[in-house]
Amino acid sequence: MVFEYPVQGGDFTNAGTVSSKVKKMMRQLGVDAGVIKRTIVALYEAEVNIVAHAYKGVITVQLDSDKIYIKLDDEGPGIPDINQAMQRGYSTASPEVREMGFGAGMGLPNIKANSDVLEVHSVVGKGTTVEITNNF
Amino acid sequence: MTVKELAEKMNLKIFCGETNLDRTIEGCYVSDLLSDVMGNAKSGMAWITLQTHQNVAAIASLKDLSCIILVKGFEPEEDTLQHAVEEEIPVLGTSQQTFETAGQVYQLIC
Ligand SMILES: Nc1ncnc2c1ncn2[C@@H]1O[C@H](COP(=O)(O)OP(=O)(O)OP(=O)(O)O)[C@@H](O)[C@H]1O
Ligand SMILES: [Mg+2]
Repeated sequence: MVFEYPVQGGDFTNAGTVSSKVKKMMRQLGVDAGVIKRTIVALYEAEVNIVAHAYKGVITVQLDSDKIYIKLDDEGPGIPDINQAMQRGYSTASPEVREMGFGAGMGLPNIKANSDVLEVHSVVGKGTTVEITNNF
Repeated sequence: MTVKELAEKMNLKIFCGETNLDRTIEGCYVSDLLSDVMGNAKSGMAWITLQTHQNVAAIASLKDLSCIILVKGFEPEEDTLQHAVEEEIPVLGTSQQTFETAGQVYQLIC
């Protein structure tokens, strides 16, 4: 099963909507609760990163009997130094975004800790692709 | 201890979630940094925060938290309430500071 969801940059009101849908879907399919928890932490952080840092994006979710594969493809400023961005505490979030409680620089570390396989690719000035795979 | 018992003992205001107050509180997490909560809170925990926007309800639901406790007299925004009602997350409130609130919750549930 493959699903596609659009995400709008700056739209904090709907941030987490895709994560919520995917969580419900995984529950319906009877996926192990621990795997659901991990996947939803990773997906939510990656979804919010599109909202907080990019202009718009598309989330593709592929659910198989033995794994979930999620690709988050955005058009945005890209990440100049991915290793630096992966460091806990590193954030370029705006003051407004920080005021909401985002911008701790913990999103990417959370994604890493909650994915079996994580791939981040980025082209400055074009956009970022985050790929998460979790095995059941 | 259930959310209802905690709300009664601490005299918390109940903004929404009256029908879900029978949930058991399993621990508590205190943080205003959303990805800290996302990464470290465990299901069943109560969440003490001063953040009032809609993402708080989204996170509480995604993490299966038992309730949200807003401190310092803060009230949930309209869309936070709406989302919390949809996701059946009790949102409670107190006029106390975070320190006193966390201290009381600790004494009551630990
Ligand atoms: N999709 C993206 N597009 C552009 N930059 C990004 C993207 N995702 C992450 N970044 C960059 O990487 C940094 C670190 O991301 P991370 O998710 O770890 O922290 P944050 O989003 O700043 O804060 P938090 O996730 O704790 O709320 C961001 O501040 C931003 O500079
Ligand atoms: Mg982030």
